[in-house]
Amino acid sequence: MHELAVAQALVEQVDAVIDQHHASGATSIRVRIGPLAGVVPELLATAFPLAAAGSRMGHAVLEFSHAPIQVHCQTCGVETEAAMNRLICGACGDWHTQILSGDELLLESVELETTPSLTPES
Amino acid sequence: MCDTCGCNLTPGNKHLAFKPVPKGATAVSVLKGLLAKNDDQAAHNREHFDKRGILAINLMSSPGSGKTALLEATLVALKNEFTCAVIEGDLETENDAERIRAKGVQAHQIVTGTACHLDAHLVHDALHHMTLDGVDILFIENVGNLVCPASFDLGQHFNVTLLSVTEGDDKPAKYPVMFRAADAMLLTKTDLLAVLDDFDPDKAEAHLRNLANPAPVMRLSARKNLGMDAWLTWLREQLAAQRARVAIGQSRRPAIQGDGMKYHSVTA
Repeated sequence: MHELAVAQALVEQVDAVIDQHHASGATSIRVRIGPLAGVVPELLATAFPLAAAGSRMGHAVLEFSHAPIQVHCQTCGVETEAAMNRLICGACGDWHTQILSGDELLLESVELETTPSLTPES
Repeated sequence: MCDTCGCNLTPGNKHLAFKPVPKGATAVSVLKGLLAKNDDQAAHNREHFDKRGILAINLMSSPGSGKTALLEATLVALKNEFTCAVIEGDLETENDAERIRAKGVQAHQIVTGTACHLDAHLVHDALHHMTLDGVDILFIENVGNLVCPASFDLGQHFNVTLLSVTEGDDKPAKYPVMFRAADAMLLTKTDLLAVLDDFDPDKAEAHLRNLANPAPVMRLSARKNLGMDAWLTWLREQLAAQRARVAIGQSRRPAIQGDGMKYHSVTA
């Protein structure tokens, strides 16, 4: 259950983004998590409201982009999809592969709310 | 609460506060590693190590697979060669640090309470309780756990993952995130292989290769002093390599993060 620690790190980062853009809060947060990142999206979704309580993203929607595992074979040069515990080349079966995607743990985008103004007409 | 800055607005009453207000929503693209803060701290820790020419090794495994026993045997074997120091991570007790100190080696215990892993900040705090001058090798014994520690960079140069033969030779297949992160895999307690009929070291190695991991696999028993030479030689080689890197102003991250960082930093 290190997802709470990840959720806290996410809140800190979104907080920094809110500051950078002089916004008042975040309404939607999109993260990209690959299966090899070691973070379970469902658990992160459960932990996020706890970490975000009382913050400027307390009511933000957390959305996930999934990142399928893709490997590049260093022997035959082909790119194939792979299973989490079989990162071998889908074409020739060699294990000398490189991960192209599937280990991401990224804050992808944030939708911000600009500071509400009490005189919206002006 | 006031009527001027908007602090009295809640999601429940906001729709009542204004007549049509242009929804001031803007989407910004961030593309930054979620653990960027931990990674920054880890990079800082790594600078501490590199500045002093220290080789930092993160030991990870299940609880009870022999991390502390391996350290005890290693520290004794290297006693006259290098100055070592140890950071111990456990949920509770000073037991492991005391075992290390009993060997005459500096040890600092991190008690994590309920946290299931060490992070770069915990390690940094520990470093401030230690004397690093003159240290050649720093071992960080992570919390016994095959899941969480793999996701947090501590500033180490190498991840060493232990798999004791009393566990199961398919552990790398069951815990791919952890074993993919290994720069070296140690099969421990091999003296027990004689009485176990269900652990095949070759299978364990094959499962590791299925994770596209070329890490060396060393078979040893710290208690019975079997196969320790290969491990000690590996340590000596890595320390020499670390000193050579430091001399030309370079550093090293655990292999898995090297790849990941390269890919992730394209857009960061």
